[in-house]
Amino acid sequence: MTEGTTKSEGVITRVAGPLVVANGLAGTKIFDMVRVGRLRLLGEVIEIRGANYSIQVYEETEGIGPGQPVYPSGEPLSVELGPGLIGAIFDGIQRPLDVINARMGPYIVKGAGYPPLSRDKKWHFQPTAKEGGRVAPGDVLGTIRESPLVEHRVMVPLGVEGELTYIEEKEATLEEVIARLRPERSEGTEHEITLLHRWPVRQPRPTYKKLPPDEPLVTGQRILDTLFPVVKGGTACVPGPFGSGKTVIQQQLAKWADADIIVYVGCGERGNEMADVLLSFPELKDPRSGRPLMERTVLVANTSNMPVAAREASIFTGITIAEYYRDMGYHVALMADSTSRWAEAMREISGRLEEMPGEEGFPPYLGSRLATFYERAGNILCLGSEGRKGTLSVIGSVSPPGGDLSEPVTQATLRVVKVFWSLDDRLASQRHFPAVNWLTSYSLYQPVVDEYAGKRIAAGWRENRREALRILQRESELEELVRLVGIEALSPEDRLIMEVARMIREDFLHQNAYHEVDTYTPMEKQYSLLEVVLRFYTQAQEALRRGIELDRIIDLPVREEIAKLRYIPVTQKEVFQGVLDRINEELSLQT
Amino acid sequence: MTYREYLTVKDVFGIKDVFGPLVIVEGVEGVTYGELTEVRLPTGDIRRGRVLEISDSAVLVQVFEGTLGIGRDNVRVRFLGKGQEIQVSRDILGRVFDGEGRVADGGPPIIPEKRLNINGSPINPYARDYPNEFIQTGISTIDGLNTLVRGQKLPIFSGAGLPHARLAAQIARQARLLSTGQEQASGGTEAFAVVFAAMGITFEEADYFISEFRQTGAMERAVVFVNLAEDPPIERLAVPRMALTAAEYLAFELDMHVLVILTDMTNYSEALREVSAARREVPGRRGYPGYLYTDLATIYERAGRLKGKKGSITQIPILTMPEDDKTHPVPDLTGYITEGQLILSRTLYNQGISPPVDILPSLSRLKDKGIGRGKTREDHADVSNQLYAAYARGKSAKELAVILGEGALSPTDRLYVEFSDRFDREFVQQGEGENRGIEETLDIGWRLLGILPRKELKRIRPEYLDKYYKRVSQ
Ligand SMILES: Nc1ncnc2c1ncn2[C@@H]1O[C@H](COP(=O)(O)OP(=O)(O)OP(=O)(O)O)[C@@H](O)[C@H]1O
Ligand SMILES: [Mg+2]
Repeated sequence: MTEGTTKSEGVITRVAGPLVVANGLAGTKIFDMVRVGRLRLLGEVIEIRGANYSIQVYEETEGIGPGQPVYPSGEPLSVELGPGLIGAIFDGIQRPLDVINARMGPYIVKGAGYPPLSRDKKWHFQPTAKEGGRVAPGDVLGTIRESPLVEHRVMVPLGVEGELTYIEEKEATLEEVIARLRPERSEGTEHEITLLHRWPVRQPRPTYKKLPPDEPLVTGQRILDTLFPVVKGGTACVPGPFGSGKTVIQQQLAKWADADIIVYVGCGERGNEMADVLLSFPELKDPRSGRPLMERTVLVANTSNMPVAAREASIFTGITIAEYYRDMGYHVALMADSTSRWAEAMREISGRLEEMPGEEGFPPYLGSRLATFYERAGNILCLGSEGRKGTLSVIGSVSPPGGDLSEPVTQATLRVVKVFWSLDDRLASQRHFPAVNWLTSYSLYQPVVDEYAGKRIAAGWRENRREALRILQRESELEELVRLVGIEALSPEDRLIMEVARMIREDFLHQNAYHEVDTYTPMEKQYSLLEVVLRFYTQAQEALRRGIELDRIIDLPVREEIAKLRYIPVTQKEVFQGVLDRINEELSLQT
Repeated sequence: MTYREYLTVKDVFGIKDVFGPLVIVEGVEGVTYGELTEVRLPTGDIRRGRVLEISDSAVLVQVFEGTLGIGRDNVRVRFLGKGQEIQVSRDILGRVFDGEGRVADGGPPIIPEKRLNINGSPINPYARDYPNEFIQTGISTIDGLNTLVRGQKLPIFSGAGLPHARLAAQIARQARLLSTGQEQASGGTEAFAVVFAAMGITFEEADYFISEFRQTGAMERAVVFVNLAEDPPIERLAVPRMALTAAEYLAFELDMHVLVILTDMTNYSEALREVSAARREVPGRRGYPGYLYTDLATIYERAGRLKGKKGSITQIPILTMPEDDKTHPVPDLTGYITEGQLILSRTLYNQGISPPVDILPSLSRLKDKGIGRGKTREDHADVSNQLYAAYARGKSAKELAVILGEGALSPTDRLYVEFSDRFDREFVQQGEGENRGIEETLDIGWRLLGILPRKELKRIRPEYLDKYYKRVSQ
């Protein structure tokens, strides 16, 4: 940060937790960054009333008091963009946690200021644009192998346009000039382009235009992909009470979703969960490339015990980094766990500002803030002459107090996102995971995914999904009935439905995240698994009609085979076929 | 007072306002946020406090030991120019302190090796090592189903009159790290140091723990902080922080494995509510402040392991759920921060089952990394999943049977009912002195699963069924 000299220094007049008020800051603008107090803690101006500047401070304010100075920077809160983001872990204001650990030990001490991206590391820059060529914002100048999985595309920054007068293949640090560009009109002043860019986090990065989504984001989670799919460039939310499996779903997505880049934001949650990702992702292999998952992941960790204002910023830091890779033409997915903690951070700051509270003390602008966040997702045409396409999918978890979905954060979120994965306490306590309630969840992307899967996976995709949902719906009605009259009072046909619904739940929807095979199921296998269960159902109905007793059907040994299929690797196609054959065979029973 | 301290200390006579646990002081400069203060009464009494908010003209101070006897012009307020600290050295082991961190056992004062700010600093997530070492507590519902690992924070959600203190004491007494291979052969298992923090509990309950530690010899490796029900409530805000500062010192400077028991976090939260109400902040649910989550997190997140450090901090906070309601803000927000929870059930307790751990809503999130081959036993995860699924089904079948009679159940469901009944009596129920090994716990599990036909056991891999499953003949 360049500490400006033209703006005047301020003096603190009030300190209330993370909020500091100062005056004498003439020249400083709203959302400018400042350094607060003798400890020079990082803060951001969030309100100006007359001579009073309210500042949210990103570090614990113990030791700060009236009379101490405030130093303006003249710049809004920004992130650094460039090679070195992949594989890194940052706090909510993009401080490099690995560097802080190496330099200052295991605790985050105040005033730690290190640049987010290494200034010493050299990157091999391979130009793709030519000297003499004309380039405009978003055009790719060249590439860098940022990790074995990610080719970093160095783009012409916004507001710069003209003829390339210099570009060279070289080993360059972030701040070395890799290209020069002469603007069209203004003579003489050349632009120097380095590998390092800055972008203000609260401002969405521009795109050429938004496109409708057209492709699923495959997660390998059966209930999600088959019943409630999300698309590349789409938005989803996962609300649920504590312990219902939000974080496990988010981590499963971070592991297995078929995105090129994952940005995982741990916002006000547990330190150990971040440690888990940090320690396991280098070991886990991307199912498509076989490379460690960490090579495509960026982590932003502002855990619950870290300063609350930085938690507010963490979501913006994460999404700006995600947009940067989207602009290179990648499929990016961002997980935010948990957006409720973000909303609470806003509430806390708003409370200290003594703003008029809205529902449950949240600021009245809660809804619009959430909307601006999710609106940054999308399937887009990137800036630049190549017509690159990129997507940014956003999945946010929501932690409603007491699991009550009528609370403001859940409700405001549901107004903007297109997919609702509703986690159910009752399913979680039965250890039915993922505890996604199949009766209340929904996805507005079903038509898009049906069309895609109908072509690429199997023609019967949509029919099977509908049939499965119909059976589950019917089961819940029958359960009501059983509660009144007992199971024996049901017709054999209805009892068969109950049995098949149980098979769908236990053999298909239930999925163990910690089982080496079960943790990830490709779309093809999802289809085959469901197909087997539904085939069993059709043939069993047939058998019932022929007068076979239900109990004989229920006891057929093939059912154990069906239950085992989820653990069979998808490559063993013959096993699936074998089970289909056995269904045929065993259900051709005679009376 | 050293000369340096003398320079930073500021004194003021008189105050402007007193309300609830708070006072407002005017006419003092150079005070900083979070600073430790002393309010000196004419009686010679010194009340400690902390700066909550400051503006140019006034300082808001929260007084830990209460504002009784404080008037506008009978006191002198001193600002100490630093945050609240405790003194530590190896000699804190075996000692009892009061809610202000003063020696309370009649023993000699502590000769400090260090003074540490009780608020600590947040652990860098990058510095954390993932907790994955199995702690055997000897209690089946914990070891088998809600496994505790070293560095975890696993609270007990209890209700008034339920035996949470006995359960916590049993854990403290029996908890051992099952070391692998040779160490085990030589009988070497490591005991924990215990840091115990009492917040607003009764004398009997505090005394129960202390005598328990004395009898079992655990006191030598224990540090105790006591704030009783009759002690100043605002003091409770500092107690867990002092305890955790001591724990961090023992764990990360003296390489010890520390078990921290904090009881009762509901009393703690009420103290926080009292301060918030006095400040007239916009109240959140049930009057608790909106920042209760963040505040609790700064306590609970002080558990864990650090890369390159030998010691660890395992936390067992205890809280009572008002009206046994787990959606009450204190248990709810705790559950959102901790790595699972053990929930005690009044129904089970009334049926004579003890420790009355209700396994269905209980959870240990770190279980999966602490169990299995090389840690407990290969079949552990599957058995645990299966026991859960079977117990849940048995319980719901039983509810049905209550309405419609046993006759309305299918034959399979009847087996599930038998399973869940016997599960309560044989798996959950265990004596206060009964210390079950993990093998024994798993074997009881298999014995009970034998009630069910093999094809019902879908959560268990076939190879383990082949190895361990034996159908109990009907
Ligand atoms: N797919 C799954 N397979 C196996 N276990 C699961 C699965 N999903 C959740 N669990 C179990 O549930 C526990 C709780 O899940 P998780 O930590 O994701 O909850 P959460 O909703 O994020 O809770 P909180 O709001 O408190 O963070 C996990 O530790 C794990 O034991
Ligand atoms: Mg979570």
